Amino acid sequence: MVSPGVWIASLIDGLLLGFVYGLAAMGLTLIWGVMRVINLAHGPIIALGMFGVYLLFAYGGVHPYLGLFAVALLGLLVGILIYAIAVHRVLTAPHLSTLLATFSINMMIIGTGTALFTTTPRNIDISLGRLVLGPVVLLGTRLLAALAAVLIAAGLYVFLYRTTLGKMVRAVASNRAAAELMGIPSARVLAFSFGLGTMLAAVAGGLIATFFPFTILSGGAYELKSFVICVLGGLGNPTGALLGGLILGALEGLIPIVLPVSWVPVIEFLLFVLLLLLRPQGLLGER
Amino acid sequence: MMRWMKMSGILVILAMLAACAAPTPPAPTATPAGPAQPAAQPSPTPAASPTPAVKKIVLGFTASQTGKLTKESKEQVQGLQLWLEDLQRAGGIRLPDGTVIQVELKFYDDESTKERVQQLYVKLINEDKADFLISPYSSGLADAAAVIAEQYGKIMITTGAASDSTYEKGYQHIFQIYTPASRYLTGAIDFLKKLDPNARRIAIVYENEKFSTDVVNAAKPYAESQGFEVVLFEGYETGTTDFGPFINKIMAARPDAIIGGGHFQDGSTLAKQLFEKKVPVKMIALLVAPAVPEFAQLGDAAVGVIGPSQWEPGARYSPDSAKAAGLPWYGPTVDQFVSAYKAKYGYEPGYHAAGGYAAGLVLQKAIEEAGSIETEKVKAALEKMDLMTFYGRIKFDTGKAHGKQIGHEMVYLQWQKDASGNLIRPIIWPEAAQAAKPIYPLSR
Repeated sequence: MVSPGVWIASLIDGLLLGFVYGLAAMGLTLIWGVMRVINLAHGPIIALGMFGVYLLFAYGGVHPYLGLFAVALLGLLVGILIYAIAVHRVLTAPHLSTLLATFSINMMIIGTGTALFTTTPRNIDISLGRLVLGPVVLLGTRLLAALAAVLIAAGLYVFLYRTTLGKMVRAVASNRAAAELMGIPSARVLAFSFGLGTMLAAVAGGLIATFFPFTILSGGAYELKSFVICVLGGLGNPTGALLGGLILGALEGLIPIVLPVSWVPVIEFLLFVLLLLLRPQGLLGER
Repeated sequence: MMRWMKMSGILVILAMLAACAAPTPPAPTATPAGPAQPAAQPSPTPAASPTPAVKKIVLGFTASQTGKLTKESKEQVQGLQLWLEDLQRAGGIRLPDGTVIQVELKFYDDESTKERVQQLYVKLINEDKADFLISPYSSGLADAAAVIAEQYGKIMITTGAASDSTYEKGYQHIFQIYTPASRYLTGAIDFLKKLDPNARRIAIVYENEKFSTDVVNAAKPYAESQGFEVVLFEGYETGTTDFGPFINKIMAARPDAIIGGGHFQDGSTLAKQLFEKKVPVKMIALLVAPAVPEFAQLGDAAVGVIGPSQWEPGARYSPDSAKAAGLPWYGPTVDQFVSAYKAKYGYEPGYHAAGGYAAGLVLQKAIEEAGSIETEKVKAALEKMDLMTFYGRIKFDTGKAHGKQIGHEMVYLQWQKDASGNLIRPIIWPEAAQAAKPIYPLSR
């Protein structure tokens, strides 16, 4: 039957991708955690991250990993812009308003992106070699992407728990009115948090672009994965998102060994529904 | 908790909406190639004869200028445009009664989607009054267009569309230029059997769509009949970018050879990832992608990959080979086509371009033979056609699978490096057409 080497190789493949999925999901979960907004422009932002790295690389000759820094900064600014234009005004309205507002942004980005870039797939052609350990072949680009995801997740944790600005973000998240009374400029903190969320999504997109081909529509698949991951880990919980990403990645790696690959989404969403029924607060969420 | 579930419900629905909502790029671009100036014609017979009557016909089709099929479609359209240029230079199609037919091309962007194809073919027929149709690129799109063409009783020459099933629906107006899918990978299996009698295990990994499924559904029983064991037979979704799970499965199945693939994007991604992971197989034969010149961008990952091809610049069809086969020859020679294409577009044509040119050429010949532009007469001429061109032999089935191509044969190419390290793709099968020694087994 299937040798243990195949299981290990598939698991590691899945986990390496899982870190990047987790990173993207952290962006979604952070925005939810701070302002109770589900960002439906999450997918296109991921795609914009891909295109950011691609355009810098293809036209500016910037190495993709250097390009990521620029993409991070742009992601932050774009997020703040989206917040100011579309989200701030409807923040206290019922949830459907923020859903529709971010969904409009989603359609605008996709429409403009299709007009500008068409839906012809793009590719960033770099190779960082490979590492062969018995049955396991590790690709440099995937390893580096996983490493970057871990570092960024750690950075986010330090930021939220160890810096003044991070503490402000958490204060606004737990009680906006009280934070405002303590002199925290909540509108600006919210804008910044939204920016931070889109930054994470854009960087995750940039990392994915270094190993998979993509179009402006590619973000959609990762957006769906992000939702599953967020629910899995507990919405609003960045650590949970990373854990959820790893679980999803592992499933994507392991399920195909025993079932046809087309069953993967079926099982993923079955899990999603079961979790909503049995443990709606997620694995790491509090009731 | 209830609120939670409601929220999640809305969220999933919206997310799916977002995923499904196809983008709506701007209106289709119509780029009609200007009709030839009747004045520019060289007069066929000196003085005496009266000015020939000039008729204009519209040849309609859609091109995938956006979406996943852009590369292949572009080549095909370029081939067709080159045909039109040659035709215009010759002054148009001359009928026996002296009438001169001028052809105008009319096309729109179908965004690589069936929905657009069907809307646009209706538009081509009703609004643009297209007299004849050429298919879009790919079996799926051509099949969608064939329904419309047949409904309106218009002749459609399909090119870039190899799937067999389109011709098994009883259509009477659809004529296929490509060798059908059922004969696409059988040659690769013959090749493997001939070169390595010890090879026993084949993995078949293919795109879950019309054309590729037709190919592998014919290749699988063929492989088994040749004594091979199919150790993996699995499809992947169109648009797959991560072949990791498949590669791990292939590793587990330990095949001697991998065959399958689908179109350019997924096929080249698969080839790249197989190389990155150093999958130890002796032969890789993939559909479509290796035959597209851009496959060379993969560099070392391309080396050794075999692809079936409808036609290659090194093909050896000639007026002499036509004579030997007892067939009439029609149109330019291989060299004339290749050099004209190179002069116009700056690189060698692949089979998609040749198919585009051949589609125009076959229609031209049929109109000449029919001496008319009436659909039924041209149809009869197509049914009778059996000739040799630079692209190979053309003959259509007139029985149960009406319109299916039965004259044309495949060749197999393999990406190799020449002495100076440049990527080339010589024909390696069938043996009679071999232009280079095949690389076997792959050294990975």
